Amino acid sequence: MTTILTVDDTASMRQMISFTLGSAGYEVIQAADGEEALKLAQSRKVDLVIADVNMPNMDGITLVKSLRALESYKFTPILMLTTESQAGKRDQGKSAGATGWIVKPFNPEQLVNVVKKVLG
Amino acid sequence: MQETSPITGAPLSGDAEQYLTFRLDGLDYGIPIVQVQEIRGWTKVTPLPNSPRYIRGVLNLRGTIVPIIDLRLRFNLEEAAYDATTVIIVVNIGGRLAGIVVDGVSDVISIVPDQRRPAPEFEGHGNRQFVQGLTQVEEKLLVLLDVDKLINHETLAEAAESAA
Amino acid sequence: MAIDLSRFHSTFFEESLESASIMEAELLEIERSLRRGGGAATLDAERLNRIFRAAHSIKGGSGTFGFNRVAELAHALESVLDEARSRSRVLDLETTALLIRGVDCLRALIRAARGDTPEPADAEELRAALERAQVSGRPASAAPRSEAPSGNGWRITFRPHARFFHTGNDPARILRALAECGPLVVRPELDRLPEWGELDPEACYLGWEVVLQKPVPRAALDEAFAWVVDDCELDIQPLSAAVAPVEPAGSPAAEERGAATIRVATAKVDALVDIVGELVITQTMLTQLVDDFAPERLTRLRAGVDQLARHTRDLQDAVLGIRMLPIGFVFSRLPRLARDVSSMLGKQVELEISGERTELDKAIIERISDPLVHLVRNCIDHGIEPPAERARAGKPAHGTIRLEAYHKAGNVVIEVSDDGRGLDRGRILEKARARGLIPPDAALEPAQIDELIFTPGFSTAESVNGVSGRGVGMDVVRSNIRALGGGVEVASTEGAGTRFVIRLPLTLAIVDGMSLQVGNEVYILPLAWIAETVRVTAAAASQPAGGPEIITVRDEYLPLLRLDRLFNLQARASALDEGIVVVVEADGKRAGLFVDDLLGQQQVVLKSLEPHCERLEGISAATILGDGTVALILDAGSLVRQAHSAGAGLAGLRPPPGAAAGAALH
Repeated sequence: MTTILTVDDTASMRQMISFTLGSAGYEVIQAADGEEALKLAQSRKVDLVIADVNMPNMDGITLVKSLRALESYKFTPILMLTTESQAGKRDQGKSAGATGWIVKPFNPEQLVNVVKKVLG
Repeated sequence: MQETSPITGAPLSGDAEQYLTFRLDGLDYGIPIVQVQEIRGWTKVTPLPNSPRYIRGVLNLRGTIVPIIDLRLRFNLEEAAYDATTVIIVVNIGGRLAGIVVDGVSDVISIVPDQRRPAPEFEGHGNRQFVQGLTQVEEKLLVLLDVDKLINHETLAEAAESAA
Repeated sequence: MAIDLSRFHSTFFEESLESASIMEAELLEIERSLRRGGGAATLDAERLNRIFRAAHSIKGGSGTFGFNRVAELAHALESVLDEARSRSRVLDLETTALLIRGVDCLRALIRAARGDTPEPADAEELRAALERAQVSGRPASAAPRSEAPSGNGWRITFRPHARFFHTGNDPARILRALAECGPLVVRPELDRLPEWGELDPEACYLGWEVVLQKPVPRAALDEAFAWVVDDCELDIQPLSAAVAPVEPAGSPAAEERGAATIRVATAKVDALVDIVGELVITQTMLTQLVDDFAPERLTRLRAGVDQLARHTRDLQDAVLGIRMLPIGFVFSRLPRLARDVSSMLGKQVELEISGERTELDKAIIERISDPLVHLVRNCIDHGIEPPAERARAGKPAHGTIRLEAYHKAGNVVIEVSDDGRGLDRGRILEKARARGLIPPDAALEPAQIDELIFTPGFSTAESVNGVSGRGVGMDVVRSNIRALGGGVEVASTEGAGTRFVIRLPLTLAIVDGMSLQVGNEVYILPLAWIAETVRVTAAAASQPAGGPEIITVRDEYLPLLRLDRLFNLQARASALDEGIVVVVEADGKRAGLFVDDLLGQQQVVLKSLEPHCERLEGISAATILGDGTVALILDAGSLVRQAHSAGAGLAGLRPPPGAAAGAALH
């Protein structure tokens, strides 16, 4: 079963993403910040990471860098959740090694489409 | 094993209802078994002040507090002493619980709808509102009761007014 | 697949309101330190980050769930906050006040979206003001690029850089995305492939030339390459052209009123799961013991039952704990209140809070909020002096109100104290005499004078200035707290300050009660209502003009209710001096309840009589005693009302000559 890790400090976003992707047949696990996400990612294999940028304890950019430093996550797709006005964050994310981004606000269909494309 | 009617001895069709029968002051009554939650012996109840006479009080039923109704008093019959055979039937109507004190419990029988007859006027009772119908089992008259009306608060309030 | 997002709305509303509260609290702190003269150094980076993130979360969520007014205002707030945290500007008092107003409006918009209240009228104005306040002109939102290509298709050269895979990207995915746009003719470019021995499996050496034979919009191609534009050499040339507009997707804002919910820390739920696990084990063990019982196993059976009792207690504590919330939730609105009230009255007030993590039952939290607000308002209005007066008294210009919460002896204690002028006892005595609440020649101890403020109808406010509220007196505060099963006391030192101490039970469902024997039955009376218990002799009782029985207790007339008669029971004590009178106080009135005996205090779990039984006068609920029988819990308010309705006009009666006073037992 394909596993997706969603990281966002907003519970409603996590729930929405989890429910949307869960309905599409993926297994979704959640983390509320980068630190939690890093721990989760190391405890089990995750096929895709969707992370918000602004989070306490460890922000999205740092999470991307930390994940890429791990052998098992060198090539795992990592998507950042950003807003259209955060062009700088997108660049930072890319430099840190992120695969791409999803722009907020997005609707559930868009999310599933992107995930399907990335995961093949 | 197919069920047979206690009345005709013929096999019963699927829409037979099962009734719990009990005695009260020499008469036989029945209530639908689906409404019966359990049967207990008599235990001391805590009286509820300023309630109708036939509400003897409340009982602790595994953590839920349940009112206990004396059916004799409900039917305006003479009060009887409670002894070892006195039984409380705990009924559950849509989640509402109540206990009914009767003289003793008999059998569970099956009754098909067309064996039920409507209730005529009862002399000296005036309790027709509680009667759902009549039937006959082995030549004995069985009065089928409407439990909902028995424990219903509205009718309790009205009865309280008329008894006052 | 259409997904209905409305199921997530109530979570979104809750967390957004929380975020807004955080923003307000932090902004208030910033305002305070700016007022005190702190400069940019006091604008702590982490604090600014927190406020920014809160606005950002609200913006993201509201956009996703379609609450666009909220999203717009949140965006405006976020923009200003982003400038502050990235140091492109330094917050000043004016901007901070504007941000605070913005947060107020944001909260109102969120509540309006939830359907609670109408939309605030000033949302647009505030949004515009915030936009103007921005240092750099950030566009409200980036307009989607709509290039209108035309022609017969595209020729694309796509040559990923060597490290292409290291961002998790896959050229195959991009080619698939292109394939979805239309028929492709693809030619790989292998010129960068090294010798086999030099091949790095983690590097990308391939390139492709793709001809897309369909006039799709350029935007579609851009989207396919959006993430990797910087990681490859990309060349897109039109073969011909076509037009297609880009439509924004939107979801209608489905509004949903949230059901009453509780957010519970997962640790609490985990603890519950553990206890239930233990319970199951113990239950299995007991079942085995009983199935296979022999008399010599009795000790083990007893031990098992004891263990069961322990688990049940643990479970009870844990479950009750779930309804417990930190009192910080209630305290959090007080700094803002203090700020607003003190500025309205021209006073300077600092609010000091401690013990925010003290937990109490959610139901109590909801109902203690108003009394606390009233007490704080009172402190600022009556207690704290204007700065000039304070200076004259040698005090610092700003008054301090301390709010402290802690657990003590199975209760929650909340102290509200100030360093103001203390209760004006002279004025209190005057008012009390003027309203006939005390006889004109009564000599009272200071503490007794202080108690007078809790008498109904008592208010020393000369005018209702919209601060302390119309008709809301300390008596209402006390009876509200009493209704929760708690109590409030006051202590005051002239010139130095006043202190209110509120005691609350940990939960509404458990009550400290006094067991009363009436005939063969036991009734429970919650301790909160009991003023005292006395033994009364026949000489202290009278029955004037065939009315209700009245007894005299220390110069006070009290109507007497004989519970045995009220409840139609056979009392054991018929003469007054064979039984005990319990003096109860509710809604400012007192009455005596005559019972056979006091059986002692115990904690009881409240069980509702409804829905199975009707509501009864004088009975509030029931409980199950240790022996399994049901005991009814008395409703003191109803009993006092009954006692007084039977005997109107007790005030003003003089005690009969030679009446013996009751001797207090408690």
